[in-house]
Amino acid sequence: MTPQPIVDARAIHKHFGALHVLKGVDLKVAERELVFVIGPSGSGKSTLLRCLNRLEEPSSGSIVVDGIDMLDPRTDINHARQRIGMVFQSFNLYPHMTALGNVTLALRKVAGKSRAEADALGHAALERVGLADRAEHTPGQLSGGQQQRVAIARSIALEPRVMLFDEPTSALDPELVGSVLAVMRSLRESGMTMIVVSHEMGFARNAADRVVFMDDGLIVEQGPPAAIFETPAHERTRAFIGQIQRH
Amino acid sequence: MTTWERFLDTFFNGKVMLKYLPDILSGMVVTIELALLIVFSGLAAGLALALIRSLAIRPLNWLIIFIVDLFRSLPPLVIIVLMYFGLPYAEVSPSGFVSTWLSLALVLMAFSEEIFWAGITSVHKGQWEASRSTGLSFGQTLMNVVLPQALRLTIPPLTNRTIAITKGTALGTVVAVTEILGEASSAVSNSYNPSPLMMGAAAYLVLFLPVVVLARRLEKRFAWKR
Ligand SMILES: Nc1ncnc2c1ncn2[C@@H]1O[C@H](COP(=O)(O)OP(=O)(O)OP(=O)(O)O)[C@@H](O)[C@H]1O
Ligand SMILES: [Mg+2]
Repeated sequence: MTPQPIVDARAIHKHFGALHVLKGVDLKVAERELVFVIGPSGSGKSTLLRCLNRLEEPSSGSIVVDGIDMLDPRTDINHARQRIGMVFQSFNLYPHMTALGNVTLALRKVAGKSRAEADALGHAALERVGLADRAEHTPGQLSGGQQQRVAIARSIALEPRVMLFDEPTSALDPELVGSVLAVMRSLRESGMTMIVVSHEMGFARNAADRVVFMDDGLIVEQGPPAAIFETPAHERTRAFIGQIQRH
Repeated sequence: MTTWERFLDTFFNGKVMLKYLPDILSGMVVTIELALLIVFSGLAAGLALALIRSLAIRPLNWLIIFIVDLFRSLPPLVIIVLMYFGLPYAEVSPSGFVSTWLSLALVLMAFSEEIFWAGITSVHKGQWEASRSTGLSFGQTLMNVVLPQALRLTIPPLTNRTIAITKGTALGTVVAVTEILGEASSAVSNSYNPSPLMMGAAAYLVLFLPVVVLARRLEKRFAWKR
């Protein structure tokens, strides 16, 4: 790991009322690293991701992303968020806009590009996800896989330093999963730093640098995919891996 | 005279109608003025309240909810009468026109606030999150992502409500506003003939039928595939 991690989260706690969801999570991610997060439902994976770009306010801890202290009240959070792309399970495309409109909104409103500049960057981003010919389609006219790739284009158009993926393929029909994973793989090859919550173990095996196993609000263990999948050190990890490999 | 001729002579008396046509036309002008004022100020105020409510400032929201519930429960006629006859005791004496305008605008504000608010809250949370995660501010997200979707959902209930409340301009007769119904009913009592009322009805049709048709068009146009 490089001495200066691009994501440095320490002792993250998150309470929802009486519910203690994150119980002191430390996560460091190096530049160009792909970290894969697995764990049972309700273990806090989504909450952790959402704390990293402060969609969720951590109860305590510190988060530094690309040198920016995310929890400092003086930090311009809207500026900081441009550097952290996020892809959601349910795509969350804007249904009243075309694919290009989806991709260019933040370029125009946040990055301050002119419409012409934004359109050029937007087309380039759609090209990268293989949807150059769908720029004028609305989300309703696109398949789930295409919608998720537009959502990825919406993030990468802002040239983020880190990308967060929260179960990007869970809402897709099996035959559409491959196209999204292919885009994620090409992103990884281009050197993007990625934190991925997913159940796609095949993808984890051959694309992840590190697999992190979470349970009950804590990171139980982490390591290279082969080590976590074949020789997990903890009983809970072994039980979880066994469970998902059986189905 | 046959019964039919007597009917025509009573309800569609050509002489009476010709005589009072100018009055009905001037009543139409007043109704149009009132209606436009009510629609624009009522909807603008309703939208403004819904936007303020989305800021989620507790005491402010309680106040908004109270005002909205108040004006949704009171019959519009009661508000008009209270304003016209009651406000002079507070040293303000609004005309019948102003009383009718403000009363109905407040009613439209109250109903449209609820409709706008329902539209805003019906937009999926994921839309906010996607937009905020790309760096758009709360206000930018509201204006560019949430409101356009909310407005499409609100168009059918909003047009219905707006038309219903705007027709309430006829209540202005009670406080001596010379809109269509006011002109028509004074013409009826002056001529001892109900024909002017028929003209009044025709005038409402001429004014509101196109609006209703336009509303239907709008609803179709703004429905979009999800
Ligand atoms: N906004 C919220 N308010 C209250 N509780 C919440 C909220 N968001 C999440 N939780 C709770 O926090 C816990 C962790 O949720 P989280 O979504 O982070 O789990 P997860 O690991 O992503 O699970 P899954 O695999 O099902 O997506 C759950 O018990 C959930 O019910
Ligand atoms: Mg989750």
